[in-house]
Amino acid sequence: MKRINYPFTQEAIRELKVGDNVLITGKLFTGRDAVHKYLHEGNKSPVNLKNQIIYHCGPVTLKDKLGKWRVTAAGPTTSIREEPYQWEVIRDHGIVGVIGKGGMGKKTLDACKEYGCVYFHAVGGAAQVLAEKIKSVDGLFLENLGLPEAIWELTVEDFPVVVTMDSHGRSLHDEVFKVSEEALKKLL
Amino acid sequence: MAKKIKAKKNGQKKSPLKKTSSSQFDSLLQLIRMTSTIIPDDVQRVILKALEAEEKNTTAAYAMDIIKANMELAQKKSQPLCQDTGTVLFYINHPKNFDQMAFTKNVEKAIVAATKKGYLRQNSVSSLTGENSGVNLGPGHPSIHYHQHKKEMVEVRLMLKGGGCENVSAQYSLPDVTLEAGRDLKGVRKVIFDAILKAQGKGCGPGVLGVCIGGDRAHSHAHAKEQLLRFLDDKSPLSDLAKLEEEVVMTANKLGIGPMGFGGKTTLLGCKIDHLNRLPASFFVSISYMCWAFRRQGIVLGKKDEIKKWLY
Ligand code: SF4
Repeated sequence: MKRINYPFTQEAIRELKVGDNVLITGKLFTGRDAVHKYLHEGNKSPVNLKNQIIYHCGPVTLKDKLGKWRVTAAGPTTSIREEPYQWEVIRDHGIVGVIGKGGMGKKTLDACKEYGCVYFHAVGGAAQVLAEKIKSVDGLFLENLGLPEAIWELTVEDFPVVVTMDSHGRSLHDEVFKVSEEALKKLL
Repeated sequence: MAKKIKAKKNGQKKSPLKKTSSSQFDSLLQLIRMTSTIIPDDVQRVILKALEAEEKNTTAAYAMDIIKANMELAQKKSQPLCQDTGTVLFYINHPKNFDQMAFTKNVEKAIVAATKKGYLRQNSVSSLTGENSGVNLGPGHPSIHYHQHKKEMVEVRLMLKGGGCENVSAQYSLPDVTLEAGRDLKGVRKVIFDAILKAQGKGCGPGVLGVCIGGDRAHSHAHAKEQLLRFLDDKSPLSDLAKLEEEVVMTANKLGIGPMGFGGKTTLLGCKIDHLNRLPASFFVSISYMCWAFRRQGIVLGKKDEIKKWLY
């Protein structure tokens, strides 16, 4: 089990390899379909994403009586939908990590290598386990995109993920796909 | 696990929600809450078996451990298992002289209340404007299927089907030249495995397949989804389909896709297949993929619309 702690650095990210189980402590920003489209269209990000981690997640959120937000469920959403945009966000905004599920394609993998970023896979559907790791909700941006689509600034502790695409060009998703495709050929 | 769930259900009798469940609205709200927060017993059993099957200290075992912890935590906190609380699909079997319109109103009321309470996420978005209705109502939402039956009682089943797994659901039109899949069970088998291969990593596996052979495009998909209402340990009454159901699961679990597509032993938890007649010109195979966060529950309503019995 490895750990990375805030503030995140390029060096720490470059040390991570496919297959590493990692616990993340520090800051995360959620961002999914609408946010990626928004940034892709050239709009300015409401937060500085340099050396930050983006989490593909549309959480279930509740406001308590004092007007404070609470995240009650927060698992990853399917990342491949951001494939057209992610490489650009890595390049232009300097993010060093993407958390999601299902992995991403070649453009993202190449950008991870070139600019120093990794793809962390969180366990899909594990919304409660992951929400428990959220220690505070520190900000809400682009609320007009709808609550699941907005950017939520979160502080997490020991957030469990697995590196499935590293900054050295390896993708576990490609590897498992090839193995399963070969296996299927023999079984069909 | 079976015991645990029972205990929880009894335990909930004390909650104000359960105490007042003497109206359609209360019973429906309770049904939504249970569906969103607790994996049905038949599915839990298979998930726990899958956890044992994975080799210790692998990424697959790690993922299954987190899944187990998540099931326990969601149940304990009565909060959604997964943040994507999915398309809200109701299946209602009712006797004659049943007021569907009044029932639909109560379903909608219960959905709005469940969204406010956080059992459902604000999940209904206009396809034209992108606007989120905020209450999970809108054209096509919820999806309610009424069916009249001969029995005197009203059975209400609810499935919450997430977007990730819906996105990897698929429909094939046979013959499929690229896959060399013809219009027979062999061809059906080929397209099922194509869907499994392509779904890897994306639909939060290990998953369950509902399959329909035949029908028109729309009915075929709907019927495939309805297969997911079957108990996970049942078998098709047709021996050919029962054999195929079993073989698909066994073979899929030899592909090394594993939980979340991390590699590993369990790719599928189950496969349920049925058929509909088709036109001579068409041969559709529809595959509805359900993630491990398999949320479906059902109730039988009593005379006063109270929950008389849980169906899963
Ligand atoms: S596929 Fe299922 S478990 Fe995964 S995010 Fe969607 S609803 Fe949740």
